[in-house]
Amino acid sequence: MQVSITVNGTARTDDVPPRLLLAHYLRDTCGLPATNIGCDTTSCGACTVLLDGESVKSCTVLAVQADGRAVTTLEGLAGTADQLEDGMHPVQAAFRAEHGLQCGFCTPGMVMATTALLAENPNPDEQAVRTALEGNICRCTGYHNIVRSVLRAAEALR
Amino acid sequence: MAEVATQTRGSILGTRVARIEDPAFLTRGATYTDDVVDDRLAGALRATFVRSPIAHARITSIDTSDALAADGVVAVLTAADLAGVPETQAPPMPFLPAPMAQPLLAKDVVRFVGEPVAVVLTDDAYQGEDAAELVAVDYDPLPVVVDVRASLAGEVLLFPEHGSNVAFANGAPSSDDTFAGCEVVVRREIVNQRVAPAPLEVRACAAAWGEDGRLTLWLSNQGAQGAKAALAGALGCEPQQVRVITPDVGGGFGAKVGADTDHVVVAAAARQVGRPVRWIETRSENLLAMTHGRAQVQTVTIGGRRDGTIEAYRLEIVQDAGAYVQFGAVLPMLTSLMAPGVYAIPTVETSFSSVVTNTTPVAAYRGAGRPEATAAIERAVDLFAAEIGLDPVDVRVRNLRPAFTEPLTTQTGATYDTGDYPAALQKVLAAADYPALRREQAARRERGDARQLGIGLSVYVEITGAGAESGPPSENAQVEVHPDGSATVLTGTSPHGQGHATAWAMLASEELGIPIERITVQWGDTDLIPEGGGTMGSRSLQQGGAAVTQAARELVELAKQRAADVLEVDPADLVLDRAGARLTVAGAPGSGVTFAALAESEPLLVRSVFSAPGPTFPFGAHVAVAEVDVETGKAELRRLVALDDAGTVLNPLLAEGQRHGGLAQGAAQALVEEVLYDPDGNPMTTTFADYPIVTMTELPSFELVASETPTTYNPLGAKGLGEAGTIGATPAVQNAVIDAVAHLGVRHIDMPTTSYRVWTAINEASEG
Repeated sequence: MQVSITVNGTARTDDVPPRLLLAHYLRDTCGLPATNIGCDTTSCGACTVLLDGESVKSCTVLAVQADGRAVTTLEGLAGTADQLEDGMHPVQAAFRAEHGLQCGFCTPGMVMATTALLAENPNPDEQAVRTALEGNICRCTGYHNIVRSVLRAAEALR
Repeated sequence: MAEVATQTRGSILGTRVARIEDPAFLTRGATYTDDVVDDRLAGALRATFVRSPIAHARITSIDTSDALAADGVVAVLTAADLAGVPETQAPPMPFLPAPMAQPLLAKDVVRFVGEPVAVVLTDDAYQGEDAAELVAVDYDPLPVVVDVRASLAGEVLLFPEHGSNVAFANGAPSSDDTFAGCEVVVRREIVNQRVAPAPLEVRACAAAWGEDGRLTLWLSNQGAQGAKAALAGALGCEPQQVRVITPDVGGGFGAKVGADTDHVVVAAAARQVGRPVRWIETRSENLLAMTHGRAQVQTVTIGGRRDGTIEAYRLEIVQDAGAYVQFGAVLPMLTSLMAPGVYAIPTVETSFSSVVTNTTPVAAYRGAGRPEATAAIERAVDLFAAEIGLDPVDVRVRNLRPAFTEPLTTQTGATYDTGDYPAALQKVLAAADYPALRREQAARRERGDARQLGIGLSVYVEITGAGAESGPPSENAQVEVHPDGSATVLTGTSPHGQGHATAWAMLASEELGIPIERITVQWGDTDLIPEGGGTMGSRSLQQGGAAVTQAARELVELAKQRAADVLEVDPADLVLDRAGARLTVAGAPGSGVTFAALAESEPLLVRSVFSAPGPTFPFGAHVAVAEVDVETGKAELRRLVALDDAGTVLNPLLAEGQRHGGLAQGAAQALVEEVLYDPDGNPMTTTFADYPIVTMTELPSFELVASETPTTYNPLGAKGLGEAGTIGATPAVQNAVIDAVAHLGVRHIDMPTTSYRVWTAINEASEG
């Protein structure tokens, strides 16, 4: 099937099998490997991207469902920022400053989920962060510094 | 947040340096094995495994014809088809029974659900999933053994030719004489349940054979050099025919060590079809077939006087090794070694049997044998305290070893380097405000609140950086300064989240004055770095980091020899000018030569091997505070206050991150996580929807207490830290949950302390 999807600001048209997952479309068709697949069951959130600005888990969205829509991945996030810090989007910079990543595998999804959360709720407290990001699993950080990263990013974006 | 107590050094060491690897990770993502783009992998096939759906069965036939006819299928290989590999595989350690080694693909019998039976090679991954379902395997079911006690009884044998399910055993049979003089003796069975390491990046590899007959294997792994040796052995080829490259690795936690049979099959299949092959498993495959951790049934016996003095302790272990022998079979050796923990108990006895069952093989998981030791003794001390009606703090204080600065030998033959356990306990109690917690608990009990408060303690010591069986623990590093003023560090360690690119650059920068941004750290390519022990057992900084410092210091000495010739002075008159990354003549700072200039005429590099006198023994104390709803049994962790003393801290930001991760995994085992099988050996936790991997809402922010007692075993004063959290936190959290309902008569609840278990314990206690 033919799909027209705007990926990180660039419109493209591709022929894709109907069963192709959006995560595989981004990784294999578009050559954007930052979006990781961690579970296959919508449980871990490593594959989180923005679809028309809202966070979705791209391992359970078909590429054809993104037809006519806009996708933002980790690679395209800095391009959406009003202001960059060390070449990074404020959410990305906050994760670095607070050591909110270790192995980095959950990070693209965590950063995109954070971006969507802060667009919806610019002033979350710790409990709101934990509740909102519960669907994103990290095995390395114990979440402590991820929570701090999100709170720091919120402050930077306000 | 812990205070930085180390700024006084006036150097980069001990400071909170943000990671230099992060900007790439955060803007374009890391490059994991499945992300690797390389000419050698052009046109690579995708491997998909056909795995046993039955826990124990004889394979009567395999029909691959339908699969071979499916779209995109290039080959389907079974054990009978796999060419050029040894007839049998060797166990991971030579003293383990040879028949219990896992075959590359199951031959006649399958012994756990998830065991690889065949591999399908296709043009793309979706075709592989389709075709794997078309491989028709007929199974004739055999009796199943899941429970370790049933395995020990031996009615069902997994390997009849071995004559027993016991893979490995040690220690004397128990004798009641040990406890004959004790006023009080408490005996209890404790289950240290099976858990899944579950790194977010599942297992993956990519294999390409060159025209020279050499294999290049990209592998998600914690140590390329060890994996290379394992692969060469399993493939039956010479080590020099194998090159292993570890790209960025998305977590390991002990379960990405060496090479799994799946990896060997992928490499062998690529050789057989003459094309490169890539493999990445699904999460379900990961939960089925990546090794699991823990899985011990322990019996503790603790005896002593009513004043709180512990006189004797015995730990008997039945270790579930899973269906084939892996590192899990020898985990109880470490558990036994660390059995007495921090206590000066006069008599300590241990014994163990490791048995095979029709379950996924067990190997290392963060802590690997030591959390099990701490869980047993810390639970036993609480049981003893409850029996004599003393506060668990008082019993611990009475029995802790006093502070020591010279190595001492323990009851079980371990040599502890340095430690101050009483101080660790007092500091963490003060940080948690223990008396206030007890008052709050008393008030809630008095009021009969539905939500009761529990306070759990643990005081621990662990072993880190244990070496190979031959020789002392050691690691190599190479430091080279380039003519443009940049530097490269090669290390035999292998980060997968720990941040060595930053930490090792800090160490080299400290010695050479070159800014960390100009230092590149490389690892994980066996052609570039032929030797190395990888990153496991909390060894990296104390051995690999120490090697970087040693190599950099030797490089300065080499540079002084060369600079002396250039400047026509005595080498002894040269001093390091860190700000300029150069050597100057003492008293004449205007004269000098940079390391960069010295590298112009000939390479300026040193490779050095650091050897430690032995492993180190970090220690700490944790206080956990849990709330338990006595009506529903739901337990929630409210606070976790942790002191983890791993000697001198290099980068507090990274060190705290290591502690946080360990604390979370420890709390996760205590509260929620468990791999479950039904009595027929069917796994019941095969996705993250079923396996309750700990999430953000189940954990609090952690309260860290700083403490640094340096070791004398390396120039950095550093001990291992990566596994501390799982060792200290697991029993502290479990003890907290039990303590919350102790006033209702509950003495013990096995992990994970789920609502059902807690509720049941409360009800059984009230009935009893």
